[in-house]
Amino acid sequence: MAYSAASQTDVSLPTIPLGEILPWAIFGGLLLMLAIYFVGAEQGATALVKGMYVHEFVHDGRHLLGFPCH
Amino acid sequence: MTGKLLVRGMLVGLLAGILAFGFAKVFGEPQIDRAIAFEEQMAQMHGDAPEEELVSREVQSSLGLFTGVVVYSISLGGIFALVFAYALGRVGNIGPRGLAALLALAAFVTLILVPGLKYPANPPSVGDPDTIAQRTRLFFLMLLVSVIAAVIAINAACKLMTARGIWSGSIIAVALYVVIMAIAGFLFPAINEVPETFSAVLLWKFRVASLGIQLVLWTTVGLVFGWAAERVLDLPRYSTRA
Repeated sequence: MAYSAASQTDVSLPTIPLGEILPWAIFGGLLLMLAIYFVGAEQGATALVKGMYVHEFVHDGRHLLGFPCH
Repeated sequence: MTGKLLVRGMLVGLLAGILAFGFAKVFGEPQIDRAIAFEEQMAQMHGDAPEEELVSREVQSSLGLFTGVVVYSISLGGIFALVFAYALGRVGNIGPRGLAALLALAAFVTLILVPGLKYPANPPSVGDPDTIAQRTRLFFLMLLVSVIAAVIAINAACKLMTARGIWSGSIIAVALYVVIMAIAGFLFPAINEVPETFSAVLLWKFRVASLGIQLVLWTTVGLVFGWAAERVLDLPRYSTRA
């Protein structure tokens, strides 16, 4: 991720250094994606928790948000 | 700075989620109820025993729907903020409000609209439980291809805009995305599991409601996040109050 960021940078818009974004992106991003996985796909094709409770609880949201279901 | 933006992204996601839930409740739930009624009718005709309810319909259509939509929105709001933090100052000279609006538009097209043309949202009773693994795989693979195509197009746009100007540069970049997605759409296998006798009107209404939910979500994120970010970033030149 060391490619040049400076080439596009405008003087008036300071960029946030990659080194500052990366830890947030890795830990925050992963947790947030896990949350989306629980809403969108848990107990469908794959399951981390046994049973069908999670699937049934978020059932309507899963359909309406466009995830494959059933 | 990233942390502050992330928190704001999640808060804006919460707001967007509440609005999207309102839309889903009013325009989406009636279609779900009708689709479930069809499903039960079909099951009855085949002489199947009624499905055991693990979670009642009341809970599914209120607390369940709220939890699903809001958790989804908060998470996407957070990821949106992370992408915004990276993109600020790196994709041309666009201030926070304009950047947030453009990123939200790009996210709506890339994550929802275009993948949805190939694998659209389906109401209950559409979809064979035996193919869920394959459908899930294809759905997320299509999302991945779309995101990669968008990253390629945005990178190209940055270079092309300097060389050919904003108008030509952005048109070529969008065309690049469209071509990649058209090829992907052509190559990916079609899925059609809509029962013969399922109401076409109901299917249409369900999909329009689904698209509407996403539109409410991304419009809110695009318009409100830029305003929230502007307050954190403290960029004098772009401040509306200066």
